[in-house]
Amino acid sequence: MTRRDSYWAEGPLPETPSPQSSPAPWGTTRVVGTRRPRIDAYERVSGTAVYPSDVVLPGMLYGAILRCPHAHALVKRVDASRAEGMPGVRAVMTGRSKVADLDWPYSRRDHSKLFDPHCRHEGEAVAAVAADTPQQAADALRAIQVDYEVLPFVADERDAVAAGAPKIRDGGNLAGEPEVSERGDVAKGFAEADVVLERSYRCAYEIHAPMECHGCVARWDGNRLTVWESTQGVFRIQATLAGMLHLPLTDVRVIGHYMGGGFGSKLQAGKYTVIASLLARVTARPVKLFLSRQETMLCVGNRPGAEIRLKAGVKKDGTLTAFELSSLTSPGAYEVGAGLLDWLARDLYTCPNVRTESRVAFINAGPARPMRAPGHPQGAWALEQMIDELAEAIQMDPVELRLRNVPKVSQARGGKPYTSTGLARCLEEGAKAFGWSEARKKQQQNGRYRRGVGSAACLWIAGGGGPPSTVIVKLFADGSVNLNMGASDIGTGTKSVMAMVVSEELGVNPDQIRVENADTATTQFATPSGGSKTVPTESPAVRDAAIAVKKQLLALVAEEKGWDPADLELDGQAVVSRTDPQRRLPFAEISRLQRQRVIVGVGYRGPNPEDAVVNPFAAQFCEVEVDTNTGEVRVLRFLGAHDSGRVLNRLTYDNQVFGGITMGIGFGLTEERVLDRRQTGKMLNANLHSYRMPTALDVPADMVSLPIELGDTECNTTGAKGLGEPVTIPTAAAIANAVHDAVGVRVTDTPITPSRLIGLLAVAHKEG
Amino acid sequence: MARDRNRTDKPGKGVTRRGFLGTVGAGAVAAVTGLPRPGEAVPEITEPKGMVETALSINGRMHRLLVEPRWTLLFVLREQMGITGTKIGCARGECGACTVLMDGSPRYACMTLALEAQGHEITTVEGLMDGEELGDVQQAFVEEDAFQCGYCTAGQVVAAQGLLAANPSPTVDEIRAGMAGNLCRCGAYVHIFRAVERAAKGRGKGGGR
Repeated sequence: MTRRDSYWAEGPLPETPSPQSSPAPWGTTRVVGTRRPRIDAYERVSGTAVYPSDVVLPGMLYGAILRCPHAHALVKRVDASRAEGMPGVRAVMTGRSKVADLDWPYSRRDHSKLFDPHCRHEGEAVAAVAADTPQQAADALRAIQVDYEVLPFVADERDAVAAGAPKIRDGGNLAGEPEVSERGDVAKGFAEADVVLERSYRCAYEIHAPMECHGCVARWDGNRLTVWESTQGVFRIQATLAGMLHLPLTDVRVIGHYMGGGFGSKLQAGKYTVIASLLARVTARPVKLFLSRQETMLCVGNRPGAEIRLKAGVKKDGTLTAFELSSLTSPGAYEVGAGLLDWLARDLYTCPNVRTESRVAFINAGPARPMRAPGHPQGAWALEQMIDELAEAIQMDPVELRLRNVPKVSQARGGKPYTSTGLARCLEEGAKAFGWSEARKKQQQNGRYRRGVGSAACLWIAGGGGPPSTVIVKLFADGSVNLNMGASDIGTGTKSVMAMVVSEELGVNPDQIRVENADTATTQFATPSGGSKTVPTESPAVRDAAIAVKKQLLALVAEEKGWDPADLELDGQAVVSRTDPQRRLPFAEISRLQRQRVIVGVGYRGPNPEDAVVNPFAAQFCEVEVDTNTGEVRVLRFLGAHDSGRVLNRLTYDNQVFGGITMGIGFGLTEERVLDRRQTGKMLNANLHSYRMPTALDVPADMVSLPIELGDTECNTTGAKGLGEPVTIPTAAAIANAVHDAVGVRVTDTPITPSRLIGLLAVAHKEG
Repeated sequence: MARDRNRTDKPGKGVTRRGFLGTVGAGAVAAVTGLPRPGEAVPEITEPKGMVETALSINGRMHRLLVEPRWTLLFVLREQMGITGTKIGCARGECGACTVLMDGSPRYACMTLALEAQGHEITTVEGLMDGEELGDVQQAFVEEDAFQCGYCTAGQVVAAQGLLAANPSPTVDEIRAGMAGNLCRCGAYVHIFRAVERAAKGRGKGGGR
C-alpha cells in the first residue's frame, strides 16, 4: 500500500502553466525576513474573525450524529420513531434513508457506507438528526434505539498480529505485505562495527486536538451548495462533496477563511460534511454540524503509535555501519495510510547498509489522519535515542557523532543531492548558541533534583512544495493591493507571509494588501495546507503574480512617458528611474492606471528541480530537571536550530518553532490515547482533561529560535523551505536524551510520565 | 476593568444596566428567572414552552431574552446572540476557549448556565475593545504574535485581562500559572507569556486601562 496518500493526493497532480518570470533570488530585502505582526492579527484578537463554527444563519438547524458506543459491532436494527416526533426535530437519517445510501471513501482502496451497519470502531456514524437547537438534537439522539450485535475487538496492533486474534477485516488484520526497503548489506555492516546495539521503542497514539472541533455549516440555494468548513483545504472538501453528491464543482462553494487548527486532521472532508449537507437538503434549511470534543477524539484522526525495533552498528571513529529497523503500526480500522516510521533511519545519516521492514495492522479504532510530520517524530524517538546510546558506547559527544555522519545526498532516493542541507550548521551553531559543551560538563549530581541536557536532529521528507498553484494579484488605482489565492492560512501566518512577498516586489506596504483566500468560488485551486509545503508552494506563485503586475505597470508608464522600461522600478507607490532621480511618477499620476483602475497579474508555480531534493533540516537542544522523588520532568529551556531556507517573517517563523517544540513536549511527556485493551476496546480518555496536551505550565518561557539560512537558490524563486513539521520531529527524542543525561535511565516508551519514569528509576536503583 | 464597566453608564450606548434596572426594577428581574428556590423540585424542561425570561448584562448592555434553563452562557452568547468572539472548544470546562469575565474574574462560559450569569457583569473579548480600537492586552497579543490559528485567543486575551486585574505586575511563573487554564494547541504559549508581560509593562507606564 502507499503509505503517504492521504497527505499527498493520490495520482499525479495537475500542473499549472509555466511561471511568466524566472526572477533572480532576492538580494537585500526590505520587507521579507523582518519581524511583522500578521495582517489579520486584528481580526484574530478582536473576535471579529468568523471561524466556521461561528457561522450563525437565519433559520439554521443543528445537526448531530449518533455514534456506535462499541469498538466493534453490527447494527441490527435502528428505531428512530420516537426521535422523529420530538419537539424541534426536523429530520432523522439512518442507514436505511435513501438519500444517505452513499459510499464513504476512507481512501481510494477502502470504502464503507456513510452509515455502515458494520461499525469497526467506537464512534462510527449510525444515524443523524437535525433540530432547532443542539439540545433538542442531543435529546433526539438519546431517543433513537439501536440494537447492536457486539463483536470481538482488537484494540492494539500487537494483539492484531497475535495468533488467534479476532479477524476484523475480511482480508485479515494485516494491511498488505510488509514493506521492505534495503540498501547495502546489513549483516556485513554489523560485522564491521565495533559496537552493535539493539533496542525496542514504543510510541503512544496521539490525537491532533485542534482547538476548533471539526465541523461545518451547510446551506443550499436550489441545487447549489455552500459549506463553511473548518478545513486546511477548501478545494479538497469541494471535490469530495461534488463527487459524492454528483454536483458540478462550480455548484459547490466551500469557504474556510479562518479555521481553528488542524495539524493534518483537517486535510480532508469528514462524514459530517456530507451528513450536514444531506440534512440541509432534506430540511431545506441551513444546518450546522460540529462534532463534540469527544467525537473528534474518536473519529477524525490520530497519529499512529508504533512498535519500533532498531539495531545499529558504529565504529569507534564514529562511522555508522548499519541500521536495521522493523516497525509495526496501525491506521485504525481502515486502510488510510500509516508509515514513514523508517524514513529518518534511511535518510538522515550517512549509512551504507540499511534494511527496514514496516508492518501495518488493522485495529478497532478510529482511522488515522496525517499528523504533523507523519511517522517522523516516532522514527526520531527511536533513531535519535539510539544515536545517543551509540555515542555513549564509543565515548563520543552525541553532537559530534551526528556531525560525522551528515550526508550530502539523499541516500533513500538513490543519492540525489539536496538543493541545500543545513544539518551540520544546525548542529554546530545550535550547540554553540545553546552552550552545549559547557552544559555537558556539569558536576556529578546526587540530590533530589537532577539536571540534564539532550539534543536530537531531523530532516522532513517533504517541505519543498511544488505545483500546482495559481495566484492573482490586483493593483488598484490608489496603489492598494488585493492578493487572491486559494490556500488556507491554518495559523501559520500564510496570508501575512504572502503579503510580504507582494510588498517586496511592488513596494506597497503590507498593511495596504488585503488577502482573499480559501474560498472555492472566488479563489484559484490550491492543494490543502499541510506537509510543510504551503510557503514553498505558494510564495513563488505569489512572487510571479506580483512581478506580472510590476511588468505591466512599468510597460504602461514607459509607453506613457517614453521612458526605457528596463530603467524603471517601483518604490513607495511610485514608478522611479534607476538612473535619473528626476524621473518619478506616483501611481496617482499614471493616467492609464487611473483610467484602467486595476492591473491584474496572474502567477504560477513552476516545478521543483528534477535532479535534486528539497528538504528542511533541524537540530534541537534542551535542558530538563528530573525530580527523582516523583519522576516528574520539567523542561527548563529549549533551542531549535532550523534550516528551512529563507525566513520570510521572523516573528511568525519563531512562533512556529516554539509551537512545534510545544507539541513535541506533549508527544514526549504527556500525550497518550488510552484504549481499554482488554475489556471493551473503548477510549478511556476522550476528553481534554485526561488526554493531556501541554499547558502553559508544561512549557518553558526560555525558548530560542535560531534560523540557519544557507541561501538556497535552487529550491524555488523565494528560497523558502517548509517549517511547520520539522519543528516538532526531534523534540521528544531530545527530551528523552536529556532525561538520560540527568538520571542515567533510558525511557524507550512515550510519554515519559512520572509513573513510568519513577518505575524505571526504582529498577535502576535496585540494580545499583 | 473598572473603566470597562463604567462605560455602561455612558449616555447614548443603548440600554445601560442602570437604565434597564430603573425601568423594570431589580425585583422584577429576580421574579422572571424561574430559578427554583432551595428545596423546590427541579422540573425537567426540554420544550420551548419551558423557556424562561432572563436579563443578562453583556459588555455593558442589558439584554432581555428567553432561554431554556439548561442553556449555557456560552450557547446563549454564540448561538442566540451572535456574540461569537467567545469560542467553544470542549463544552466541559477543560480548554478555556470560552473564557469570559464575570464581574472581572475569568470564568468558563461553557460551565456557566445563562441563568447563573444573571445579575453579573459579563465581559467577552468584544467588550475589551474601545469602539474599533483594540484594548491594550489585545494590542500586546498582536505585537508579540501571541497566537497562531487564533481560535483560543479570545479566551487567552480575556484570561490575561483577568490575571492583570488581579495581579498588575506578574512574574513569568505567575503568568504561566495564571494562563494555565487556557489550552493553545498551536503552542503559542511563549509568545503569550511575552504578550502578558508587555501589557503589564504598558500599564505600569500608565498606558493600559
